[in-house]
Amino acid sequence: MPYFLILTSLMKIIGVIFLIILPMVSYSVYAERRVSALIQDRLGPNRVGPAGLFQPVADTLKFLLKEDFTPAGVNKFYYWLAPCLAMVPAIATIAVVPFGSSLFGVPMLIADINVGVLYVFAIASLGVYGIVIAGWSSNSKYPFLGGVRSTSQMISYELSLGLAVIPIFLLVGQLRLTSIVRYQIEHGWMLAPFIGDWTNPQKWLLAIPMLVSFCVFTVAIFAETNRLPFDLPEAETELVGGYHTEYGSMKFALFFLGEYAAMITGSAIIVTLFLGGWHLPVPSWNGGFHWALVDGSAPGWRGIAGGLFNIATFFAKVAVLLLIFIWVRWTLPRFRYDQLMRLGWVFFFEIALVNIFIAAIILAYYPV
Amino acid sequence: MAITVSRPKLTWKERIYLPAILGGMAITFRHFKNMLLGRTKVTMQYPEEKWDSHLPDHYRGAPALVRDVSGRIRCVACQLCEFICPPRAIKIVPGELPSDDKFVKVEKYPNEFDIDMIRCIYCGMCEEVCPEQAIYLRKDYAITGFTREDMVHDKEKLLEIGGVMEGVVLKWNEQK
Repeated sequence: MPYFLILTSLMKIIGVIFLIILPMVSYSVYAERRVSALIQDRLGPNRVGPAGLFQPVADTLKFLLKEDFTPAGVNKFYYWLAPCLAMVPAIATIAVVPFGSSLFGVPMLIADINVGVLYVFAIASLGVYGIVIAGWSSNSKYPFLGGVRSTSQMISYELSLGLAVIPIFLLVGQLRLTSIVRYQIEHGWMLAPFIGDWTNPQKWLLAIPMLVSFCVFTVAIFAETNRLPFDLPEAETELVGGYHTEYGSMKFALFFLGEYAAMITGSAIIVTLFLGGWHLPVPSWNGGFHWALVDGSAPGWRGIAGGLFNIATFFAKVAVLLLIFIWVRWTLPRFRYDQLMRLGWVFFFEIALVNIFIAAIILAYYPV
Repeated sequence: MAITVSRPKLTWKERIYLPAILGGMAITFRHFKNMLLGRTKVTMQYPEEKWDSHLPDHYRGAPALVRDVSGRIRCVACQLCEFICPPRAIKIVPGELPSDDKFVKVEKYPNEFDIDMIRCIYCGMCEEVCPEQAIYLRKDYAITGFTREDMVHDKEKLLEIGGVMEGVVLKWNEQK
């Protein structure tokens, strides 16, 4: 049995990272460029392959073939360590996210641990070390400023990130991400009370704090992943390139990939916590209208098709969120530094705190 | 005297910031949608779409030598274009026509005629000054080459671009 577990886990790790996450990262870069172009009335990269679809391949080749240059004044060890530290936490976080129901009887997540969300927060906050070490070891002013900004930004927004999800755990009573998905399948998504037992008034009341939680959490994820309007660590117009000014070739590409992998992981967590994870109710008519649950538990090909359908649903939801990330980036201007801090500490922190109380009061007066 | 610039007093709606964000996102989405539906006019896709059909009649492209209807190079090697050329892009080596030539009364012909397209500024003065209407600015604009030597158009190249010019003065014909 352990051999079976190890083998399937290895297959899942390799499958998720090399078949899903890394292609998704490279194509989200492509999507970023195309969508931003369309928003700005341009065309974007459309030369390599049909509609520019092979652009990521060309970019990768370019990064791999460039000279791997190390500036003279840097602290070599940390300079080399930083890109890895930026990439690894973003990918490691995906381990606890259930990205599908089950396939051939194997649950579609890499590690089903009972501290799911705590693990996510613990690992995701390590991502800041990559940026800080890059900024410091580059021995240059602009990266240093970028690193310093990144530290304070991440600390400010991690608070509201943590507080925003507490209403969910008050409701579900567990930190395990599979339980949260299971709860949403039975009782409807956190943000969509009309799915599941929609006649329950408690659900409709709870949707209000859930919506607030969702907004605070999403904004905090924007800040965590250094996306515009919170991209102060790499603010091109102020800090040249920010923390990765002194980096080139594949080391720069790793920072780039890390940023997009963090975006994907952040979206995956938003989907799991608020948008029902891999669940998509299918309308069916069986003597009366009801929502059918499609998952991988059915026997034969129906189970396989259901499992694949769940995986596709999950990553489709993630892709929609990524598009929103891109859309916001090309709409909003960057916040000034003091505005960013004020927003984090004065508004989102308080909103998240009050939100916990509201959710707790609703749960106390309308018990499940 | 210091002037105090009064800050505009923001309304409640402006202060909560969200309506402005949503408004901005609506604008960008409209641009995105119009691009997807092909309603926005975008840049010409150059190598596939060319300027050729859009060029105005007075466009000044690469200078070229022309032949007349009987196949004679119209240039008589008077070198006026060589002298007028502001960047000195033209180099002509005149030759003398042999006495048994059909057009012997022309006396001279360009033995070599080079235009350095790196130097040429497409001003059209050569065309303007030419008494024989032998040099014209055509609509060719994509003049490329891998070396500096490639960029020098010699007589064959210039005649190839120019071709035959009809319907202009034919003063060296037998009738005259």
